[in-house]
Formats: sequence, structure tokens, C-alpha cells
Amino acid sequence: MSTATLSACPACSAAPAAEDIAARAALKDVKLTLSLPTIHCSACISTVERELNAYPGVHEARVNLTLKRAQVDADAAVSAQELIHVLDQAGYEAHELDPSSAAVTATDRAGRDLLMRLAVAGFASMNVMLLSVSVWSGAVDATRDLFHWISAFITLPTIAFSGQPFFRNAWAALKVRRLNMDVPITLAILLALATSLWETTLSGEHAYFDAALALTFFLLAGRYLDHRTRAIARSAAEELTALEVPRAWLIRDREETQVPVSELAIGDLIRVRPGARMPVDGEIVDGTSELDRSLLTGETLPVPAGPGTGVSAGEVNLTGPLTLRATAVGQDTSLHRMADLVAIAESGRSRYTSLADQAAKLYAPGVHILSALAFVGWYIYSWDMRTALNIAAAVLIITCPCALGLAVPAVTTAASGRLFRKGMLVKHETALERLAKVDTVVFDKTGTLTAGTPVPTNLDQHGRTAQSVALALAEGSSHPLSRALTVALRDRGVEPAALADLTEQPGYGTEAQWNGQRVRLGRPGWAGDAQADGTAAWLSIGGEAPVAFTFADRLRDGAEEAVSGLIGAGLRVILISGDAERAVSDLADRLGITDWTAGALPGDKAARVAALQAEGASVLMVGDGLNDTAALSTADVSISPASALDAARVASDIVLLGGDLSPLPSALITARQATKRIRENFRIATIYNIIAVPLAIAGLATPLIAALAMSASSITVSLNALRLR
Amino acid sequence: MDVLTWLIPISLILGGVGLLGFLYTVRSNQYDDPEGDSRRILSSDWDDHPKP
Repeated sequence: MSTATLSACPACSAAPAAEDIAARAALKDVKLTLSLPTIHCSACISTVERELNAYPGVHEARVNLTLKRAQVDADAAVSAQELIHVLDQAGYEAHELDPSSAAVTATDRAGRDLLMRLAVAGFASMNVMLLSVSVWSGAVDATRDLFHWISAFITLPTIAFSGQPFFRNAWAALKVRRLNMDVPITLAILLALATSLWETTLSGEHAYFDAALALTFFLLAGRYLDHRTRAIARSAAEELTALEVPRAWLIRDREETQVPVSELAIGDLIRVRPGARMPVDGEIVDGTSELDRSLLTGETLPVPAGPGTGVSAGEVNLTGPLTLRATAVGQDTSLHRMADLVAIAESGRSRYTSLADQAAKLYAPGVHILSALAFVGWYIYSWDMRTALNIAAAVLIITCPCALGLAVPAVTTAASGRLFRKGMLVKHETALERLAKVDTVVFDKTGTLTAGTPVPTNLDQHGRTAQSVALALAEGSSHPLSRALTVALRDRGVEPAALADLTEQPGYGTEAQWNGQRVRLGRPGWAGDAQADGTAAWLSIGGEAPVAFTFADRLRDGAEEAVSGLIGAGLRVILISGDAERAVSDLADRLGITDWTAGALPGDKAARVAALQAEGASVLMVGDGLNDTAALSTADVSISPASALDAARVASDIVLLGGDLSPLPSALITARQATKRIRENFRIATIYNIIAVPLAIAGLATPLIAALAMSASSITVSLNALRLR
Repeated sequence: MDVLTWLIPISLILGGVGLLGFLYTVRSNQYDDPEGDSRRILSSDWDDHPKP
């Protein structure tokens, strides 16, 4: 091919140049998106923007506090890693977001669409209301007709544009022969328009143009609030997914190439570096290391691995590089099979009927029957189609669920906003209502109540020399125990000893020469002959007897407050873990949990939750691992920390954004208050209807009364929702 | 009543101008970060001269 380009085809030889230009254009500018979970104030905005803009190569950086993100326009030479380091120095945690994920780049189209329709409806209803006020205050004859006609010309195109969301939903429901809240809304709007137009052509007295518009405006406001709450939660949840860029290192022809996990096939050789997650199920062909299986099984102790050991997707490689031969990929991996358990388990959400749906089920047929009865009654009484139709329209408009449409979204927006500020992300729209009913809380142990990171427990038993040698050895390894030891010893101001020939033996520990003696830090059988009970790293110095550094899993921040708060609120708290009995009972004692189970298999957890539900309990499941996902989706409502595995976060209704568990009890209180407010709002809306409907049926309702009833009930309901803050 | 022939178009045009202004703000992404904008007003950056 390369020889052909010489003469035969000039375009071919031009092509590489074009590619080159394209490559250079791509090099010119990059758009980076950083997630900044810890920013919260105006000082944070200024600092982050100043730091980023001062960095060479950055053109512009802009912080979005609502989404807790920064958008950076920069030269291609600037990498996200450097910027993250800069921000880290300034004291802000930052992560890169996957730019290919739609959630990061796409603007909220649906929300903008709703906002446009809301604005047009608001504009039109204000103008028409002005004209209506002059009619109510006594405009007659030609003036009134003129005002009615102008109102009609404003109203008709506005409804045609702004009412579309309701018309579409109503049509979709009617097509499958069902009724939803949008059917009476659509009917009321259309009937009001039709009778008002008819009245106007006959120079009639009553026209409901303002009511039709106010109705559209208030209902769109409810829809927009609802959308906004969920859009924020959804984008934040998708952001967590975008944090994990699924790639693997494939070995082909002795070269390593980075490929997407989805392109791996059975039999491929894959390199897994220390700290990385296994992308597929497979068998180790080369290398020794230790595996962290806690996300799959809940075990805290690392498991040694060498050639021949089988591994499952989702396990984390701790110390040495490993080469795997893939035995199952994609949908067939044990990770996926476990995630499928979730789909099989009946979901708590699908069984729950929301308060709004319950209300709609009573309400929609009721309104239609009432309005039809009013029509028939008046027609039989007066034999006048015009009067009967007018009254039927008045009944529909007055009963129309302005307040009902706002009752739920106004409260959930206020409550979700409050929880979001405490670091909880409400993903599902009925999650708050289900949370309010909870009387039993089931916790997972590893990664949920504990942070999943070990802390050394017996540093004081060791001498200064042992500590400094241990620190120097620990710094040579990225094993979790070594890292924990490094942090703890550095905090105590220990200086590392000067070592020579430091090497790490994957799966065993680190070894070096110190003052002519061999020193080792690592597994019990290797660094000394001792046998260990529990999690420990052993240090041997020359011929001296080896000493043990013991570790305990650190409690997650706020775990004690959360558990004691829940028990104090009279809830039943249960701990179910896949870990060994001793570790579970220790933790249960420490937290004051009396009801605990150890060594539970994933199926056991879900079965236990289902058994509790069969006894009539309403269960909140808090968990993070794959072994929890079935239980998370079986439970009535579920919460997972942000550090949880993707599948667990998808299965849960609420995600804890910070590492802190302490907002749990107050979330329950907020949820209960919110549900109480929703019920109150329904009651307020009903009271307005009870007063106004008899007037409408009696034929006494005027457009003024309709406008008053509608606005007053909508405003009361919104104010009642705001009391939640 | 002749005044109405002036007042009604004027009120509609003024309202329309307001609506167009709002649509412009929506299209230029001015509601993307309400939380941040309410804090930015308190920062003293760019108080002396506008951002270039």
C-alpha cells in the first residue's frame, strides 16, 4: 500500500497529512470535568477557580456548586491528574469524570423544555388575569367582549404550547385504557377552553380563560419541581458511575494494550496491577499476590493468591502484579450472575403504591362522575345545553388537582434538598414515603458499619527502633496493612530507618537490609514462625523474635451515632455479615447491637429480609457489597454508601455521599415529617374542594371564585411544604 | 375608553419583552448553578473591574 501512494493516488498521500491536522486539532484544547465532592461555600469557589486558572495551560475553569463540579478548558498537554494534584494541595478532594458518560456533558434538555413552557404559561396567565380583573370589577358589553377575545387570543396558543406534557401523558394513559391524573387535567383545560370560547362568541358573562391558564401554570410548576429534584439526584448518581472507567490491560504478542472491558474474550491474558479490580473471572497464570474479596463476600482478611488460584470479577488485587487467563467474561462472570439475583428478587419499590397514586386512583374517577352528574342534572332540570356545559366545566376546573399536583412535589423537593445538604442523595421518588414507614434496620458490616480500612491497634507495645524499621518497610509497599501502618506511624512523628535493598515479595511482604541484618515485614509464616489470630503484620529484625502489629477494621464515621440514634428512636437494629463470627460479635458488642448473624451468604441476607417482611416488619437495608444487592432490592427501602459497588448503588434508593453514617436517624425523621406534610397537603386540598364544589354544582361559581379557590389552595400547599425546612 | 387601544398593546409588548428576556436567560444556561450563583455574589473577586 505504501508504495502505491507514491504516484498512483495523490489523495492517498494527502490523507496522512489530513490525519495529522485532525490530530493536532484534537491536541489543541481539551474539556475536563472534575468532580469536587467537598466544596460547599463561596470561598471554595474562589480558591478552586483561582488555583485552576493559575495553572499553566488552563484557559478557563468554572465551578458549578449545585452539581459540585468544575469544567476546565485547557491545552491538551494538561492532564486531569495534574489538576487533581493541584487541588489536593489546596485542600480539595477531586476526581476525574468520564467525559464519554452522557450525564457529564449533556445539559438537562427535559428540564429546560419544562421551564420554557412554565415561563410562557406564567406570562400568559398574568396578562389574562389583568384583563379578567377588569371584567370582574365591572366591565360590561363591548368592553367585556373585547377583553374576552383578547384573552382567547393569548390563551389558545399558550395552552397549545404549554399544555403539551399533560396532553401527551393523558393520551398515553387513554391508549392503554387507563386513567391517570393527567386525564381530568386535560379534560378540564379543554372543556374550559371550549365553553369559554362558546360563551365569548355569544357575548356571555363567564369565561374561564384565566382559570385554564392558572391551572396550567401551577401544574407545570409542580412538574418542574419534581423534575428538578430527580434530575439532580440522577445526575449525581450517574456521576458516581462515571468515576469508574472500565478498562483492562490486555497482553497480546508480548505487548500490553489498554482495552475496554467489554472487548475481552475467554482465553485472553490480562494483566492486573496492584490496587486494580479483576475485570473478568479467570485463573492466575503468573505472579503472586493477595486478594481483597470483601465486596463479594464480606470477608475482611486478604486471601493469598498464586498461579492456579481462581479469581472472580470484582475482587481487588492488593500487592503484586498478576496475569490472568480469562475463563468467563461480561454477562457470564460471577459478578454479573450475582447482580442478576437482584433482578430476580422482587423489588420493594415496585410493590409500593405512592401516596400520589393512591390519591389519583380515588380522585380521577370521582371528579369525572361528579362533573358528569352535574351536567346531566342541570340538563334535565333546565333543558339548556349551554348552562349544563358551563356548570360541568366549572366543576372540573374547581376540582382540578392544582393543589394535588403541587402537594407531593413541593414536599419531596424540600425534603430531598434538606437531605442532599446532609450528604444523602434520594434517587427514587417514593423513597421518602417508604423510609417513613421503616421499623427495622438491617446493617451489613464490612464497608458499611466499618470503613473497610484497617487501623493498627498495638503500636504502643513496640519500641522506637521497631517502629522506625516497620515504617521504612511499610513505605515500600502498597498493601492496605502497610499503608495503614505508614499513616499511623507518620502521625506519631516516627522517622523511617535507613534501609538498603528494599524489595517487595508479592503475597508475602517487604524485605530489606538494615545495619547488616535482614529485616522483614509481612505474613506470619514468612516474617517469623509465629501463628497469628486475627489481622496482623509481623516484623522480624535479624535473629530477634518476630513481633506482631495487630489491626482492627476502623468504624465508619458516625456509625456509633447512627446505630445508637436508631435504637434510641425505638427501631429494631440487626447486623448481618458474611464475615467470621469473632469479628462480627466484637463489632456488635461495640455498637450495642444484640441481634446479629455471622457468615451469612448473599442468599441468606435476602431471605432474612424477606422473613422479617413476612412477619410484618418494614425493613431498611444498609449495605455496600455485591453480597448485599439482593437484600438491598428485597428490602422496603435501601441505602448504600458512595463507596459501594456499582450494582449495590443501583439497587438502593438512597446513596450516602459522604463517608459519614450519622445523618441516618435524622433522615428517618425528615422522611416522617415529609410524609406527614404530604398527607396534610392532601387534606388542605380536599377542604378547598369541599367548600368550592357545592358552589360549582349549585351553579353559583363564577370565574372569580374559581381563580380564588385555585390560587389560595396552591399557595397554602406550597407554604405548608416549605415549613419542612 | 380610547386609552385601552394604547394600554392593552403596551402591556402585552412589555410582558412579551419580559418573556423574551427570560427565554434568553434559559438558553444561555443561567439557571444551571443556582446554588453557586447565590454564593458568588458574596465573593470579592472582580469587585474592582469586570472579569476580562
